[in-house]
Amino acid sequence: MNENYNISSSPHIRDKVTSSNIMLMVVIALLPATIFGVYNFGVSALINVVLTTGTAVLAEYVYEKLMKKPVTIKDFSAVVTGLLLALNLPPTLPYWMGPLGAVFAIVVVKQLFGGLGQNFMNPALAARCFLLISFTGRMTYFVYDGVTGATPLAELKAGNAVNTMDMLIGNIRGTIGETSVIAIMIGAIFLLLMGIIDLRIPGTYLLTFVIFITIFGGHGFDPQYITAHLCGGGIMLGAWFMATDYVTSPITKTGQIVYGICLGVLTGLFRLFGGSAEGVSYAIIFSNLLVPLIERITLPKPFGKGGEK
Amino acid sequence: MGKYTERLYNGIIKENPTFVLVLGMCPTLAVTTSAINGVGMGLSTTAVLVMSNMLISMLRKIIPDSVRMPAFIVVVASFVTIVQFLLQGFVPSLYDSLGLYIPLIVVNCIILGRAESYASKNPVGLSIFDGIGMGLGFTLALTLIGMVREIIGAGQIFGFQILGDWYTPITIFVLAPGALFVLGFMTAIQNAIANKKGKPRKDTFGECGAGCASCGNASCKGRFLTTEATTEKKEEN
Repeated sequence: MNENYNISSSPHIRDKVTSSNIMLMVVIALLPATIFGVYNFGVSALINVVLTTGTAVLAEYVYEKLMKKPVTIKDFSAVVTGLLLALNLPPTLPYWMGPLGAVFAIVVVKQLFGGLGQNFMNPALAARCFLLISFTGRMTYFVYDGVTGATPLAELKAGNAVNTMDMLIGNIRGTIGETSVIAIMIGAIFLLLMGIIDLRIPGTYLLTFVIFITIFGGHGFDPQYITAHLCGGGIMLGAWFMATDYVTSPITKTGQIVYGICLGVLTGLFRLFGGSAEGVSYAIIFSNLLVPLIERITLPKPFGKGGEK
Repeated sequence: MGKYTERLYNGIIKENPTFVLVLGMCPTLAVTTSAINGVGMGLSTTAVLVMSNMLISMLRKIIPDSVRMPAFIVVVASFVTIVQFLLQGFVPSLYDSLGLYIPLIVVNCIILGRAESYASKNPVGLSIFDGIGMGLGFTLALTLIGMVREIIGAGQIFGFQILGDWYTPITIFVLAPGALFVLGFMTAIQNAIANKKGKPRKDTFGECGAGCASCGNASCKGRFLTTEATTEKKEEN
């Protein structure tokens, strides 16, 4: 038998893409939003981002050392989790709350369920909801340019006029990374071009959301109102960076579309009829729980199965 | 250990109804928002459990097998009603905070489980001690969960503020998710301790050095022997 004749089991086609490559790309794609957030909100935002991301990595390292597991901090997944969590926090949050959330995200949501690839729910968003329920006051306390007030989304819900242009650029109150749609889109387009994410989940998510808002928003097809809803709150960050998380989204193509529709309907439902103005994080973690069911009903038929009997 | 103290040990530690048998989850998750609620619920359940175990054990030869479940329920429900009226009359504040969960003691799996699996097959004295053991195990577990949730979620213990103003309570721990977090972590700790106990002691291996053929100790079953052959086998594995 000569050397060119290899016998091996599948997979036969290999690629150089690894988990750490993908995670590194996501970190790079999040940088525009992070930099804009730090520029916009100042030093407190920077400290929050650094502390939260650092704690996430440290928590992963310490847990894996204690449990005598292989240390996986080099795959950047803890960096992504910490950074996403930080971008979802208000810039004025006390400095110990972000790290507390990071420990919760890494230890409880990710590692206790088996580490990367095993968590059933987006760790960053679960931690954000953990913090939101625990410290509602601090987590909904938004300052911009020294003035405290409601986010544009809350103004929109109250029926007040909002400046859509400011929302597009990001000169508004909000969490560190969600305010600037332009900065988020730069990262999202980078991920799309690199082939890390595709349009299926974010596309159906945003489209369903727009349709839902048009039907139930009470404004009909009002481009100004719809743009304000799309640019306000965390829907852009959520749709492009968190709903597309590989671990917690369906792997089947039909499933991804069903998942996107679920997200759109739930977000619209929470925003229009819920108690608070924002509902993206709850919509995403709720849909995360539906993923196993979605995957089961959209399982593709193997070739030859399901023909006429 | 006598057979009566064995029943107590069994209920409190070895087969703790909450952390080992995982029974009675509804009151465990719902009422443990504070330590005092945990104690109240645990002791109410203990009282019902001891009395129902006693009566069911007395009646065990009279109750026909085919209608034993309705009979058990009637016995348990009578005692729960008594406990409910006593609580309402003497500790109304606890009665208010436990609310619906007092009548629900009737369908607590611990009580019916002990009636079915122990009291209906064993003499009265042992059944009473089984009830005390199980009840105290349940009370202990509920109080522990309640204490942890109260400290983290409100900075208090039994209603006394023990953590100062610097502490920001993590409110989620007095809400429903907190109960699941605390229960999960406590069960994990309990399992970790139990697993450690169950493992054979490593230091007893390889102490003997002699062959089994010449050894008179039959109870050893070769565990102490480490010949060169067995060491090599271990290394290969």
